[in-house]
This record gives sequence, C-alpha cells and structure tokens, in this order.
Amino acid sequence: MSDVLLDIKNLRLSFFTPAGEVKALNDVTFKMHEGDVLGIVGESGSGKSVTAYSIMGLVPFPGKIIGGTIDFNGHRINDMTEKQMRDIRGNEVSIIFQDPMTSLNPVYTIGNQIREVILLHTDMNKEQANERALELLTLVGINEPEKRLNQYPHELSGGMRQRVMIAIALACEPKLLIADEPTTALDVTIQAQIIELMMELKEKINMSIIIITHDLGVVANMCDKIVVMYGGKIVETGTSDEIFYSPRHEYTKGLLRSVPNLNTKSHEKLVPIEGTPLDMLNPPAGCPFAPRCDKCMKICLREMPEYSKLSDTHECACWLLQKEAFEAAAGGEN
Amino acid sequence: MEKRLEDRHANTRESERPLIEVKNLKQYFPVSDGLFRTKYVKAVDDVSFYINKGETLGLVGESGCGKTTTGRSLLRLYEPTGGKIFYDGEDITHADMMPYRRKMQIVFQDPYASLNPRMTIADIVGEPIDIHKLAHSKKERSERIMEMLDRVGLNSEHANRYPHEFSGGQRQRVGIARALAVDPEFIVCDEPVSALDVSIQAQIVNMFEELQEEMGLTYLFIAHDLSVVKHISNRIGVMYLGKLVELAESYELTFHSVHPYTRSLISAIPIPDPEVSRQRKRIVLEGDVPSPLDPPSGCRFRTRCPYADELCAREEPEFREISKGHFAACHHLDRVQ
Repeated sequence: MSDVLLDIKNLRLSFFTPAGEVKALNDVTFKMHEGDVLGIVGESGSGKSVTAYSIMGLVPFPGKIIGGTIDFNGHRINDMTEKQMRDIRGNEVSIIFQDPMTSLNPVYTIGNQIREVILLHTDMNKEQANERALELLTLVGINEPEKRLNQYPHELSGGMRQRVMIAIALACEPKLLIADEPTTALDVTIQAQIIELMMELKEKINMSIIIITHDLGVVANMCDKIVVMYGGKIVETGTSDEIFYSPRHEYTKGLLRSVPNLNTKSHEKLVPIEGTPLDMLNPPAGCPFAPRCDKCMKICLREMPEYSKLSDTHECACWLLQKEAFEAAAGGEN
Repeated sequence: MEKRLEDRHANTRESERPLIEVKNLKQYFPVSDGLFRTKYVKAVDDVSFYINKGETLGLVGESGCGKTTTGRSLLRLYEPTGGKIFYDGEDITHADMMPYRRKMQIVFQDPYASLNPRMTIADIVGEPIDIHKLAHSKKERSERIMEMLDRVGLNSEHANRYPHEFSGGQRQRVGIARALAVDPEFIVCDEPVSALDVSIQAQIVNMFEELQEEMGLTYLFIAHDLSVVKHISNRIGVMYLGKLVELAESYELTFHSVHPYTRSLISAIPIPDPEVSRQRKRIVLEGDVPSPLDPPSGCRFRTRCPYADELCAREEPEFREISKGHFAACHHLDRVQ
C-alpha cells in the first residue's frame, strides 16, 4: 500500500460563540493514502467543511482546535505557525471552494490571480509565471487562454470560473486537493465536465483528492473511500462499494433510501429520514443521530458507541453493531 | 410498485379537458445596452404545453433556460409578451387575476428569502386568508391557520414563532402551508427542494405527493434535478434556452429520450450507485449555454450538439409529436443514437 498522506487523529474543534460552545468536530479520525480520492458526505452542519478547513489551517473565528492531531505529508499541521502554514498552503495542499462566484477577487484579472500563487511559491519571474498561467488555463480546458488572462471574473460563466479556481489550486501541483462542494453551484452538464476534469488531472499530476459533498451521486462516481459524518462525528467509513452496497449505520442507510434514483423503473415512495437536523448548540449526550434514528435504544441517548471494525476498510459506530457482536460472542460461548 | 407508476400514467391519458393550457407563450425582457438601443432577452420563446387535472408536469433544464420564468408568466406574475394562457378553458392572458389567485398558487425556491422575517408563522399563513376574505371571524381564521399548519406537519406551538427559528425544511413547510391556505387547485412548485439537505428533500417530496392525493392538486414542478422531477411527475418537459426541446411521459423521457440535449442531460446526472456509474457512458457536452441575449440561429442547441449541421443553423426545428404524447424538436432524430 502506498504511503499515508494525511492522518487525522481524534480531532476536536469547537466554536466558542456567545450562545455557548458548539462542538463542530468530535473525535474525528481518518487516514488517507497517496493517490486516494476520499469523499466526505454529510448534511449541512455535520462538520464536513470544517474538517477540510482545519487541514488547510483555515479554521474561521471563533473556532479553535482543542485536541487531536493532523499530520499531513510529514507536517504536524496543528502545531504550525501561520507563517509556516503559508508555505504549504496553496503549495502542497490547496482548496477549491463551493461558490466560484464569490471565491475569486472581482477587481483583479484572472491572470493576476493565477500568477500570484506561482510568484509566491516558486522562484519563477513574471514572464515565466505568465507562461505557466497560460499552460494551466489550457490544462483545465479554457478556450482562448490568452484572452482570458486579461479578463475579470465577471466576464466568465460559472463553469469557467470554477475551472479558473481549479487552475489556481493546481498552480503548484499540490499533493492534496480539497474540493469543498465544487459542483453544487453548477448545472449538471457543467458538473459532469468539472468532475471529468478533476479525475483527469488527478492522473496527470498524481495528486490525492478530498471531495466534500452532500450529493451521493458525485461520490459514487469519483471516490475510492467514503467518510460519512453526522453531527460533528464520523459515523461510518468504508470503500465506496461498502458504503453503497452494505451500509451499516442507520444514517447512511437512511441517506441512501431517501435519494430518488433515476435508474429505478418503478415509482417507489421515498423513505425520508424523519425529524430535523441536529441543533449543534444542544447536541444529545450519546450518538448524534439517535433523535432521528428509528432503531434508537436507551443506551444510544446516553453514550457514543465505539467503532466496530467490519473489514480492513469498513468501520462504523453504532450500538446495534456492538449489540450484535456481544450476542454473537455470548452465543458462541454457550 | 411498478403498477403505481403505470397508474400514474393512466391518469394522464384518460383525463378530459386540461386544467392549464399554454399556447405559444413568449416572455421577453428588455435590456438596455447602455446607448439608445434596447435588446431583448427571450427568456421564454414560443412554449406550448398543457397540464391535466390532478397531474404533475415536471419542467427541467439548466439555469437560465427559462423554466422559472415559464412558471411565473403562467401565473401572470410577469405580463407575457405573447401567447395565450388558459385556466380551465378560460383565457386568462389579460383577465383580472384576483379570482384566479385563489386557485393558482406558488411555492418558491428559497425558503430563507420567501418568508417575511418580521411576520409570525400564523400571520404569514393568515395573509392569503385575509386577502381573499376566507375567514369571517378571528376564531375561524385561526382555526384555518392551525388546520394548514397541521396539514404540512407543523403544530400549533409553531404558530407564534418567527421564520428564523426554523430550519430550511420547516420553512419550506410554512411556504407550502401559505400556498394551501386558499384551497388552490393548481400550484407552481419552483425548485421547492433544491435548497434543502438530501435527508429533508425526501420529506418534502413525499408531502407534495400526499397533498396531491388528498386535495386533488395539480402541479407544475420546476427543478434542475431530473431524478427528483422524474420521481414526482407524470410527464416531463425539458427546456433549453427558452424553448421546450422535448416533452414526454416521465418513464418514456428518462429511458427513451430522443433529443440529443435530453440524452446528454440524463447521462450527466450522477447516479448514487458505484457499479452503475463505473459502467455508464457519459455524453459530456462541450462548452457553456450561450447567452440568451444573442441565441444561435436555427436550433438553439446546435452550438453544443454533436449532430449539428448547416440545416440546424438555417432552420429552427419544429416541436412535433413523434409518437403518442412524445414531443421533440430536432432535425436529426433519425441520426441520434
């Protein structure tokens, strides 16, 4: 197996708001190998974006990492100073944000914004940087790249802007690209183009990708490994086949049941997950999903379950699995 | 379960007079180019369709294709530039809308922007009741409000709260309660679930279906997500740059589409099943949607279409019936594979 690129252990992160402490991440642990495409799935408020921002060292105020470690490519991210962080951000790890409309600076040209990254992280001079910017725009499939260099973001369509964002993110050939809902704001035909582009580039420059999304379709399409988050905790991890074909956590199962599938020929009623998303200010003491879970037991409300190892790659935190294991063990003894 | 889908389709066939009929609807918006000339954005250009009683017509397309505008013009929230709109056989293109507003309602896309933050839930749902004078006493009014809230799965405790105290899904329920308050027959659902989390989307979609069964509602369901639209609709229309390019029963459209645009749209939708998506062949379209200010001549899809030739540039294809109930506008249907 290839080298471990990213290793997050027991990461805990809280936002200290006037209304109280919001535990955005609670004991988040996962590993990623070089060349992996990892999907983080969850609904709004599940902590998926915050996880990504903490890898980038971009935790927004009033958030603070209060425990755990993030090891990326030989760096211990959470011990680094802002100055050290700046060296690897955009260089070894970069991010594409959700909204291409607001993540480019409207008063600088496209060329200017791509060159900025190159000049900051390499010893290229301005002309070489310009060459490289042209090369990057061509790489991400933008037509008439020379003309685009001198255009402003408002002159481009949403799909083109997202391509520019990708060009900026790839400027220094990062080891890891984090894509935070990269296609949510785009139309499906453009989404297909962007996904195809990311997968192509991954092969070309051999990088790893973390893709954060709520769209299970996108994940099924791209990812080798999937992390499912709910209420600031990882509830299940596995390969995409394990998650889609043998989900074990009730939330994962519910999520899969609640999406309409274009391929089903009959009209089946959707099975929604009842209830409303979690109030992160007052999370339940036990499993975060317990209030919406229809198999909830008493213990689920009191205590968070341990992770059960179902295979080398498949882990899930649910009391039902603990119960099963216990019963199997008890049955074996008798 | 297969049977239920067939039942839904059977409904489409047997019904009598359509509830809604739109003929050659045009909606142009003037845009000044800064000097003295005015250009027109042809947001909806010559669109015709009908919706039967108790039926759901889905409308899909990419942003800027005119699907929302179609829904709004149909309710005369804009004054149509041309064409005719019929409601239950009556021409309402220039009619006084007040009596029709009671029958035709809309649920908006963004549950965060479509509820007045300074009004309580009770007042939001009560407003249409007041406007149409549907309650004769305070008691009757509040009973009616409670009935509506109950119908959408909210309870009386919620009545005196303000929108910011609710989650997106709950707000969308309030928006639906407001539309239902006047006992409408027809509702335009303008991307009602796009802003919601996946696990909540299914709740709202199911609610739309249940309300339709209970109250015999007719829907125009607008969305860009074809999987949701296919789930809820009897028939689906696909729009591209202000034109309808294909319209058929939903099963027919998802599995036997004929228009190259519909096909690429369907193949672009990610399917939540790794095995299927590994094997699937995608038709990835080149480029972006052209500007509606300056649409291509002839067939509007020709700039991105793999089958386009000079006939497509010269002549606009006719929107014609290719098999019973299946309409499409393309010159080269025989060549599309």
